Amino acid sequence: MQQPGRAAEIKAIGIGKSFGSFRALDDLTLNIGRGEFLTLLGPSGSGKTTFLMILAGFVQPTEGKLFSDGVDITERPAEQRAAGMVFQGYALFPHMSVEANIAFPLKVRKKSAAEIKRRVAEMIERVGLKGHETKLPAQLSGGQQQRVALARALVFEPGVLLLDEPFSALDKSLRGQMQAEMKRLHQETGTTFVFVTHDQSEALALSSRVAIFNHGKLLQVGAPDEVYDRPANRFVAEFLGEINMLPLKGVKRADNGATALCEDRAITLRGKTEAVNGNAILAIRPEHMSIAREAAAGENGIAATAVGSTYLGAATKLDLTTRQGAKVTVSVPNEVAAAALSKGNSVWLTWPAEKGFLLPDGG
Amino acid sequence: MRGTLSDRMGAALLMAPLLLFLVLAYAWPFLGVVKWSFTLPTPGLGQYGALATDALVQSVFIRTLRIALIVTVVSVAAAYAITVVWVRGTPTQRIVAEFCILVPFWISVLTRAFGWVALLSNRGLINSWLQSIGFISEPLTLVRNELGVIIGMTHFLIPFAVFPLASAMRSLDERVLLAARGLGSSRMRTFWTVFVPMTRSGIIGAAMIVFVFSLGFFVTPAILGGGRSVMIAELIYLRIFQSPDWGLGAAISVVLVLFVGALMALLFRYVKPKQLV
Repeated sequence: MQQPGRAAEIKAIGIGKSFGSFRALDDLTLNIGRGEFLTLLGPSGSGKTTFLMILAGFVQPTEGKLFSDGVDITERPAEQRAAGMVFQGYALFPHMSVEANIAFPLKVRKKSAAEIKRRVAEMIERVGLKGHETKLPAQLSGGQQQRVALARALVFEPGVLLLDEPFSALDKSLRGQMQAEMKRLHQETGTTFVFVTHDQSEALALSSRVAIFNHGKLLQVGAPDEVYDRPANRFVAEFLGEINMLPLKGVKRADNGATALCEDRAITLRGKTEAVNGNAILAIRPEHMSIAREAAAGENGIAATAVGSTYLGAATKLDLTTRQGAKVTVSVPNEVAAAALSKGNSVWLTWPAEKGFLLPDGG
Repeated sequence: MRGTLSDRMGAALLMAPLLLFLVLAYAWPFLGVVKWSFTLPTPGLGQYGALATDALVQSVFIRTLRIALIVTVVSVAAAYAITVVWVRGTPTQRIVAEFCILVPFWISVLTRAFGWVALLSNRGLINSWLQSIGFISEPLTLVRNELGVIIGMTHFLIPFAVFPLASAMRSLDERVLLAARGLGSSRMRTFWTVFVPMTRSGIIGAAMIVFVFSLGFFVTPAILGGGRSVMIAELIYLRIFQSPDWGLGAAISVVLVLFVGALMALLFRYVKPKQLV
């Protein structure tokens, strides 16, 4: 249907947007690669939707430039940008049938009746809406409306598809199904996808890269595993999932990492660490810590007491308190949690050197 | 309608004074009119027979329908434009539009009719201005004819068409319009292919209200028509108060009420009452 070469490459340089005295977006510079699946992730009011609206052309940036395939489109009105867009709540035309909704962008582009008919039929087939052609949007389920919205946004082969929290109205099982479908559509069309969500698991599952926003600022961009395992700051670390934070003293940079004292025990960190000397915070994901009877010499570990647990089915979330009073959560197999709780509660927490990372103290 | 039984009884109690008033002031007297139509001057269906053959009555009926239709189209179109500004304009535009919509409600229909006479008559403001700039040599006949009636009625009825239209435009999802533009549709095309069809219920409601009002108009056509463009309400008045022909007047009234009733029934098949306010 579409050559990957037709997907757009977008460059945003120094984009800012103020609404009165409110700074919605601040000095955003970001390259969106040809055919990539980029997710804009952040809490509400973080600027992610404002940026999407600027990409669509519905909102004019206060400063900065936007380029599509090297052409400055900052001033270009929405109707000339040819970006497909799927809105929150779908925004289908309620007075038009499924077919007419999908045909709309082709009619606007004055395609021949035969071509419109062929491409609409192809698209209906592709999103699995066969048999619903003549229905009105109000006669469809939420998932079906979602498919119409996707079909309508993709039928004219846009260089970029913009999606504004498209799954927020769907129940969980349907969400999973639609996510898989969207991933498939992305692969089939090869178009650049820019997807807005506040759901971090959705962002990690779908994207080739994730851009995390807070308070109008772009905090970090990277592949899902990169931002999850090596967050640039505390906000990113906490927003992407549960994380344990332990205060460190005497941090010293060493070859290929750093050494420090954690609750009076020497620990090591491996991999890229930001230039921190002195006090810092050690961050480790719950699934990267394990429970042991004791820590071997040279192994990262601290003593802790198990205080409670939450059964999650596949695993158990175990709550612990360290000797110096820090609260830690680990995700462990169910029988390990049971043993830790029964065995006088005193255990060791261990983690591989490459799984812990440093965050600036207080940051 | 949802709600518990006591809720519904409470609602009925609150509506009771209005219903009582309608029964005493409209329904009961109207039954008298129905009775006249079958009994005066002699009992029987004679007056309805006369309606079917009387050329004057028929021409007045046709004129009334024609005027009502023209007034409806013009008022709804004008009201649509005003409402777009009122609902979607800049804050200043909204205030101006609201002023234009509300002020007519404060001036009586009689005052407004005479105001139009002052503007439109042979020696009125419009003719004397057009003559003074040499655009015309003879005054245009703008009043004491159908045109005058249509102008006066349209002016009166535009505000009534605004409210159902505003209700339809306010309930419209802004994102649908953004979606249309994002898909490549120009502002004009979006207006005609998305905005207008999506406010269809408001258009139907406004048209029905204006049309039904137009059918029963009395003061405006009586003054601006100058006796040359008699509409149905004026004809009823003439039959009852000037020629003692109560039976025919009553029969015309009954036919008019039935016609309006049928139109309202049709309206509520397409539009929910709450969409009209």
